[in-house]
Amino acid sequence: MTPLLEINQLNATVEGRQILKGLSLTVHAGEVHAIMGPNGSGKSTLASILSGRPGYEVTGGSAALDGEDLLGMKPEDRARKGLFLAFQYPVEIPGVNSTYFLKAALNEVRKARGLPELDALEFLEFIKAKMKVLELDPSLLNRPVNEGFSGGEKKRNEIFQMAILEPRLAILDETDSGLDIDALRIVAEGVNRLRKPDNAQVVITHYQRLLDYIVPDYVHVLHDGRIVKSGGKELAYELERRGYDWLTSEARPVSPELTTA
Amino acid sequence: MNTNNDTIQGLVGGDYKYGFVTDVEADAVAPGLNEGVIAAISRKKNEPGFMLDWRLKAYRHWLTLQEPRWANLRYPPIDYQSIVYYSAPKKAGQGPKSLAEVDPKLLETYERLGIPLHERERLAGVAVDAVFDSVSVATTFREKLAELGIVFCSFSEAVQQHPDLVRKYLGTVVPYTDNYFAALNAAVFSDGSFCYIPKGVRCPMELSTYFRINAANTGQFERTLIVAEEGSRVSYLEGCTAPMRDENQLHAAVVELLALDRAEIKYSTVQNWYPGDAQGRGGIYNFVTKRGLCKGRESKISWTQVETGSAITWKYPSCVLLGENSTGEFYSVAVTNHYQQADTGTKMIHIGRNTRSTIVSKGISAGHGQNSYRGLVRIRKSAENARNFSQCDSLLLGDRCGAHTFPYLEAANPTARVEHEATTSKIGEDQIFYCNQRGLATQDAVNMIVNGYCKEVFKQLPMEFAVEAQKLLGVSLDGSVG
Ligand SMILES: Nc1ncnc2c1ncn2[C@@H]1O[C@H](COP(=O)(O)OP(=O)(O)OP(=O)(O)O)[C@@H](O)[C@H]1O
Ligand SMILES: [Mg+2]
Repeated sequence: MTPLLEINQLNATVEGRQILKGLSLTVHAGEVHAIMGPNGSGKSTLASILSGRPGYEVTGGSAALDGEDLLGMKPEDRARKGLFLAFQYPVEIPGVNSTYFLKAALNEVRKARGLPELDALEFLEFIKAKMKVLELDPSLLNRPVNEGFSGGEKKRNEIFQMAILEPRLAILDETDSGLDIDALRIVAEGVNRLRKPDNAQVVITHYQRLLDYIVPDYVHVLHDGRIVKSGGKELAYELERRGYDWLTSEARPVSPELTTA
Repeated sequence: MNTNNDTIQGLVGGDYKYGFVTDVEADAVAPGLNEGVIAAISRKKNEPGFMLDWRLKAYRHWLTLQEPRWANLRYPPIDYQSIVYYSAPKKAGQGPKSLAEVDPKLLETYERLGIPLHERERLAGVAVDAVFDSVSVATTFREKLAELGIVFCSFSEAVQQHPDLVRKYLGTVVPYTDNYFAALNAAVFSDGSFCYIPKGVRCPMELSTYFRINAANTGQFERTLIVAEEGSRVSYLEGCTAPMRDENQLHAAVVELLALDRAEIKYSTVQNWYPGDAQGRGGIYNFVTKRGLCKGRESKISWTQVETGSAITWKYPSCVLLGENSTGEFYSVAVTNHYQQADTGTKMIHIGRNTRSTIVSKGISAGHGQNSYRGLVRIRKSAENARNFSQCDSLLLGDRCGAHTFPYLEAANPTARVEHEATTSKIGEDQIFYCNQRGLATQDAVNMIVNGYCKEVFKQLPMEFAVEAQKLLGVSLDGSVG
């Protein structure tokens, strides 16, 4: 079976500095992968490169979504093909109404999937249920996208958008940071409900706590631009106990086969 | 990030849809300006003596003036002797005319521009006066308005049919001594719209004038005068386009508004003169004087402008708030793309007690465009309890364009309350990327952000024009981010 996401020996630079150094990762449909690793190890960079953020240069390797080369695609086409990034730092867009924004986004994605566009009424109907799951304050939707949202509201809004767009591959970049304990549970619950046999989630986090709620099939440790260790969910506990030192001192790349089932 | 330039640069460069030329025979005077030309214009229009006297006085005054150069605009000297000051489609003839008499080619032109001139388009609910080069070619809905005592006709016609009104009000708000371009306009203006709303009448439909420059090497100098008598109300819309030509064309218009006690005038402009091409060749030089006088107590004048066209824009629609409790408003969106330059803003002159003014200006610069807001709030000693609120925002697309603000405040009365807010923002690469990541193409993202940014101004426009303005903005910024 073609993996949903296949990254092979990815090398990338930012501002001339090499950040990713031969990173490989394979994710199949139906799986949840967690990526952990120290600050500055390249986790957000990986998410940025997969989603096509400008400013990063791929100097080697490949990444494919559903067997299709990702790296040559425009960011909007990646999104329309089902790649979703829940941003570590969601961006404020003053003047653009959230509901309007989301409807436009959903219709782009639906168009790409050959589905009819939704009109305003159908859209409101469609989002009602999703709002309930995430216990999102409806008044947020009348405000400009993320403008003045609290840190936690922004994160919750990211997952709300994910719920609306129903991506095939969702990358969650530190969605747990900034969430209070109740919000964490609600958001994680929302993410879990979106889990389906034909989609997958890559969860970037520093804390094992999130993984109590979103239980991963695999945990990977990213260090200095490559994955240095992969394991099952128990690896997260070990990291919580021991930190990263024991891994980073003897860091060496693992072969791609070891990172998947 | 290094890709910023490429990304933001590509978006500029939509096509100008109105650049076609209509092939009609024209009756024109030779290029150049002197008293003979002015007399010829006046003669062609069969004007009463007071008009010619006034024109000549204006011309002699103009000769004593220097072209203003204080604006933040750069352009080569204008050769006033190479301009044709009068050009009219031959068949249009003189005086009032019914639509049946209008050259079908002209009607077709307006159809192409999306301006329905046929009375059967009653549903549109807009009365239109169409000015083609120097003369007005048709005014619709005239009879219906006449039943209410409203006069809405071309300026030439008003001079013939309502000379007393013209004589009484012409130049009372913008005298020919006002500035260089106002003096020039007074000397040579050839047509425009005239509108008179009698006491207590609320004009039941939008009044609209559509200006079109067609002939080459021709200046357009139109003059609009709107008088709203006590307790009356009117909403007026002006639209403008011109063919694409490589040389620059001069447009120097004057608009005078007069509001008496409790009268309200709302004046909206969607200016889409040809802006020149992507290299900055051609385009209209737009030097316009617009002023409203709130003469009566509790009167109100509101300017809304969406400026997307012209190579050069020099324009400061203003309000003189003389009547007690009178209100002045200015809502503006000005877009400069490619090599367009705009120096635009407003003046709010508070003279009466309890006068209020609001200024909302949104400048958008893309490409190599330069956008300046220039505004004056003057509170005279007599203006007890005057209030002003100003908000001037600038939005930059890319980093080769510029935004500048020149707010001037003069308060001679200590009870004045004045608030000024200003912001400059850039459509950030991270905002565009965020939209891209949700499936939106860059151009759609930019349009969405720009429209959101202009919302406050657009909502001042009559509904159907707001939609037009939104589309126009999309076209003007098409390709400004890649
Ligand atoms: N635009 C950029 N310009 C310069 N350096 C960058 C840029 N983006 C990332 N980097 C550098 O790349 C390295 C990896 O950053 P990245 O954000 O991927 O780390 P991370 O693993 O997500 O860390 P954290 O856990 O703190 O979020 C860091 O050293 C960072 O400073
Ligand atoms: Mg990060």
